[in-house]
Amino acid sequence: MSERMLLLGNEAMAHGLVEAGCNVVASYPGTPASEILSSVAQWRARYDLPMHVEWAVNEKVALEIAYAASQAGLRAATAMKQVGLNVASDPFMSAAYLGVKGGFLVISADDPGPHSSQTEQDSRLMAMGAKVPVLDPDSPEQARELVKVGFELSEAFEIPVMLRPTTRVCHANQDILPGPVAPSDRKALFEKNPARWAATPKFRHRLHLELEEKLAKIAAWEPTAPRLLNPAAPARRAIVASGVAAAHAREVLNDLGLRETLPLWQVVQPYPLHGDFVTTVLEQYDEILVLEETTGVMELQLADRYRVKGKRSGFVPEVGELSPELIEGLIASFAGIETPEAPAPAAEGGRRPTLCPGCPHRASFYAIKRAAPKGIFPSDIGCYTLGINLGGVDTVLCMGAAVSQACGFYHAHKIGGEVPDIVATIGDSTFFHAGIPPLIDAVVQDARFVLVILDNATTAMTGNQPTPALGWGAGGVPTATVNMEGLVRACGVKFCKVGRPGNLPAFTDLMKEAVAFARTDGLAVVIARQPCVVDRTFKGDRPPRRKVAISDACNGCRYCTTQFECPALVYDEEEKRVAIDTLICTDCGVCIDVCPRLAIEEVGQ
Amino acid sequence: MTGQQLIISGVGGQGILFLTRILAETAISLGMPVMTSETHGMAQRGGVVISHLKAGEFSSPLVRPGRADGLIAMKAENVAIHRHFLRPGGWVVVNAKAAPAGLDGHPVHVIDADTLALELGNPQSLNLILIGYAVARFAASGDFFSPDQVIGTIERRLVEKGKLRDASLAALRLGMENAAG
Repeated sequence: MSERMLLLGNEAMAHGLVEAGCNVVASYPGTPASEILSSVAQWRARYDLPMHVEWAVNEKVALEIAYAASQAGLRAATAMKQVGLNVASDPFMSAAYLGVKGGFLVISADDPGPHSSQTEQDSRLMAMGAKVPVLDPDSPEQARELVKVGFELSEAFEIPVMLRPTTRVCHANQDILPGPVAPSDRKALFEKNPARWAATPKFRHRLHLELEEKLAKIAAWEPTAPRLLNPAAPARRAIVASGVAAAHAREVLNDLGLRETLPLWQVVQPYPLHGDFVTTVLEQYDEILVLEETTGVMELQLADRYRVKGKRSGFVPEVGELSPELIEGLIASFAGIETPEAPAPAAEGGRRPTLCPGCPHRASFYAIKRAAPKGIFPSDIGCYTLGINLGGVDTVLCMGAAVSQACGFYHAHKIGGEVPDIVATIGDSTFFHAGIPPLIDAVVQDARFVLVILDNATTAMTGNQPTPALGWGAGGVPTATVNMEGLVRACGVKFCKVGRPGNLPAFTDLMKEAVAFARTDGLAVVIARQPCVVDRTFKGDRPPRRKVAISDACNGCRYCTTQFECPALVYDEEEKRVAIDTLICTDCGVCIDVCPRLAIEEVGQ
Repeated sequence: MTGQQLIISGVGGQGILFLTRILAETAISLGMPVMTSETHGMAQRGGVVISHLKAGEFSSPLVRPGRADGLIAMKAENVAIHRHFLRPGGWVVVNAKAAPAGLDGHPVHVIDADTLALELGNPQSLNLILIGYAVARFAASGDFFSPDQVIGTIERRLVEKGKLRDASLAALRLGMENAAG
């Protein structure tokens, strides 16, 4: 490949992986990291590479699979979002002690903002906690380069390396000249060494000592040393930046005319911070501005609270993205210059995120509300979190927690004797990811609630990756399947029925039956099965299309727009009634059964 | 054409990422460095979607408020939400039935692309109608990509997709024709 291509940061990292001869990549989808693995699968096919590429059932499993490949001497990587690393933190912490053989990269994508996440946590702190070096790219191009640097670092010191891009790197596109692909000719060869790979606590003490020795050397490793980006005149003040904050700072310095007067150091390895660098900046400069997302990881290591301006000093906000306009203000203030005030955004406006027109989850939530109007509704992580708009979601904690929280609500209320209806919702991918262990707990402890598995035959929110039930994996390759109903029954669930939420009257009846069962007999599972409307990979049959129109019976009561909240149902202020937005209506026809005045009618095609 | 900073704004499902990609690849074909920034996931579901595009010597993927040369709004309601990105005198191209208020000092170009897309029988072509309109409007000024450059990008990109390529070019041309009228 010899021409510049527009690559998403995630595609660029994926290309870096195949350039570096990585053999095994495993991932679980999560925004903003999802396109890394799907792109690796595409490059693998295009270059016909000997690789194992998989969507694992969750991040812990993904990390453990990739790590074992590294133990067998191959280059391996795992990719996830920051909250995914929480799931994988158990093996991650331990792998730092045991070390690696083949280069091992943990790509953990952070989401300052947060645009699509439960938290703004900083994976670099996790790296610091695990005592693993972390690389922090400023752009898609640098992310691609650091994949290769990361493997070299990993193999030079036999240590896992974290690559930590953020949303603005993962989901930025840049023109990139991809490097040559180097297919690996390594063969897996696991050399037994129980004292290391199965170390008991006594040996772990020794491994911890070795880890500290490695970190001291990594803090002096030349290829990842901080770089002075502008040949600045001797100055009293300097900026130290990492990640996309360094890219923003570079542009802002140019625009403010400070490029020749204010030194900008870019740190690509925020932990461990290079020892000579720490000494140099603290000796050379009276004041240091530290720009980094999201936590003050470099600032913690530049331990001089009187001269270092950053998050801990209160100069830089600790919450939210460091936007370029924010950085402009910080740099101007640090340099003691005035800048014209930037135009302010309009007051919050626009549309809130909502379930797509025709989304089967909307019908499921509507039926759940009808079946258990006074219920408690624990839910989970995925598109269906947006069921909150419909009043069908009361809690969202983390992957799989809908089931365990439903157990908790049941046991908590049972102590007082009055148990409300509890209807938990969880997506199909999330159920496989983290819903099974708490389902087992529910059965064993006789927690009585309804669990609705919203089975839209995909992992929708992250871009329609496969689930274990579908029979295909990364890059569309065939896989074996796991039967959801069989799995639920094997956990000991007596009531397990499947329904199609788009058939609203029948599905509402099924929900009522499940709620009644849970009140008297125990745990009930309903599988709400209907494909995602935006999933282009879905191969099976779709429900029949039912084109609808609004009749003169509409009196503008807005029940449909407030209670059903389909974006294709629009209240027309002038006509004082509801109209169909035919540009986005999917002809699902579910709203026919929603209007209390029967004013939504099916019409011929 | 020198450096360009653009904001492209709409709601989920309107094809903003494709539109951004067409413009970005056009910039690459002209030998310009390019960066774009987009949102995915939760933010995408029916909510407001914004895409930043910077062609030229830039290092940050984001446009700062008051710096954008142009705003392409695929929904009229988005103009109010994102107009603060415009530099003084920055232009607006908006899919609307009438010009939105509050844009004094900005050249505003209005096209009813919703109606045109429905007439074309291809609601998904909204983005291409809009881009065709925009490039034709700026054809003479040299402030933006030219119609031929964008047509070239679409032909390269969809070279192996006969029907889709023809439908895309038809939508692009429809937008261009409406700019002439």
